[in-house]
Amino acid sequence: MFLKDYITDVYKAVRSLLTGMKKTGYYFVHPSEIITQQYPENRHDLNLPERFRGEVVMSHDENNEHACTGCTACELACPNGTIKIITKFDITPEGKKKKAIDTFIYHLELCTMCNLCVQACPTDAIKMSQKFEHSVYDRSRLTKKLNQPGSKIREGVE
Amino acid sequence: MYTQTEIIKDTTQLNSNGNEGELVINVGPQHPATHGVLHLVITLNGETIKKIEPHLGYIHRSIEKMCESLTYRQFIYVTSRMDYLSAHINNLACALCVEKGMQIEVPERAQVIRILMSELTRIASHELWVGAMAMDLGAFTPFFYTFREREVINDIMEQTCGARLTMNYMVPGGTMYDLHPDFQNRVKAFIIQFTSKVTELEDLIANNIIFQNRTKGVGVLSAEDAISYGCTGPVARGSGVSCDIRKIQPYSGYEKVSFEEVLEPAGDSYARYLIRIREMYQSISIIEQLIDNIPEGDFQAKTKAVLKLPKGEFYTRVETARGELGVYIVSEGGTTPYRIKFRSPGFSNLSALNHMVKGSKIGDLMATMGTLDLVIPDIDR
Repeated sequence: MFLKDYITDVYKAVRSLLTGMKKTGYYFVHPSEIITQQYPENRHDLNLPERFRGEVVMSHDENNEHACTGCTACELACPNGTIKIITKFDITPEGKKKKAIDTFIYHLELCTMCNLCVQACPTDAIKMSQKFEHSVYDRSRLTKKLNQPGSKIREGVE
Repeated sequence: MYTQTEIIKDTTQLNSNGNEGELVINVGPQHPATHGVLHLVITLNGETIKKIEPHLGYIHRSIEKMCESLTYRQFIYVTSRMDYLSAHINNLACALCVEKGMQIEVPERAQVIRILMSELTRIASHELWVGAMAMDLGAFTPFFYTFREREVINDIMEQTCGARLTMNYMVPGGTMYDLHPDFQNRVKAFIIQFTSKVTELEDLIANNIIFQNRTKGVGVLSAEDAISYGCTGPVARGSGVSCDIRKIQPYSGYEKVSFEEVLEPAGDSYARYLIRIREMYQSISIIEQLIDNIPEGDFQAKTKAVLKLPKGEFYTRVETARGELGVYIVSEGGTTPYRIKFRSPGFSNLSALNHMVKGSKIGDLMATMGTLDLVIPDIDR
């Protein structure tokens, strides 16, 4: 009786082992079903979705104009203090003072990519880019100025 | 709680007291089988476990205190970092609690999207668990097969929510974006892939004689003990305790879908494995019911720019992949919460570990602890 149980156990063990081996063997001879991607090599044809949250960027048009009014809604919405906006007053041709951004400072090292600033922006001035390779050699390079030098606010954006 | 030096002193005391064969060993905080920085102080008598004491706090980030300085819109993203494998459901719990306080009516479309996302998260979490559990027991191959399916869900999440793990997709009043136009097709493709490939797990894991011998009758937790230790989720359901919040206290429209609460009476590690496999089938059935019936309409209710909860206390609970998550907010009427408390499932499930492994061999420790599905940042917060 003991011998019978023993042989049954061995038979079951070998059978379950072979069942598993069959599965792994199947993928061994069907390399086309393997979905692994070779990351640094496929960098050129990486297609990240449109909504992917990489880092905050400010979009500028061909006239070097952006849509940021300096309302600091993003600064208030950010949970980590990632954004700091320094504003200045421009003198309009009519001689009136108008608030405009001087520097839009973005601390990438503090950012958690939660998208709350983009949601808060009333003029869609900032958006999330698809860039995800953020590593740099010097930490200070992670503090970025988002508005390009010499840029100004687009006409008609209030 | 011991400090590191006290533990060492303890070890030497035991040896100098002449308790020969009694040994205190430390597993973790850096140990691959604890899936994070969990530190277990194990008292052994030979190979038999006499006592096991988890030491926590290695990844404590004081999330509850941090939330007190964030507004009701901002604090939701932090909770993705608690139980990062069911980040959607954590965010949902917080959003539900704020909505309860503000009495915001969530549009039906948003509710259905929330259920779909929660169930996809549950499948992804259980898939990862199956792979990690097999790896704990020495089988490395199933890990890749489960990650293949999980990867599809992560891609779907990336397309609709913009991130793969810490989505921050639930906002008070609905969801951050509408569904991606391609969402339905991709989820349907995933269902076909999942149902054809999930049988591989049976061949590789469940029918494997080594897996069965190592998990059947190991780490038995009776129904009474599961209740008294406050276990929830698959751990309690593996002992036959009915505790699914989706059934007991339906939220976000779960009362409209039909699904079965899976129960296994055995209470051993194998039962907890079966529970998770069968729960994935239930999640698939929920998704199948909803994917073609997503109602039209808004994905977000109109809310004020600044949310202010009325003075009072609010509590909601949801079923995450690991068990019951409770969110308790005390509001003083301002823009930030006065106090936030999270009742995390992992903490209570871990507390039953000592009872489950006491008296068993040390080789069974990982086969038991793996089935608790511990996520250490969820325990420490």
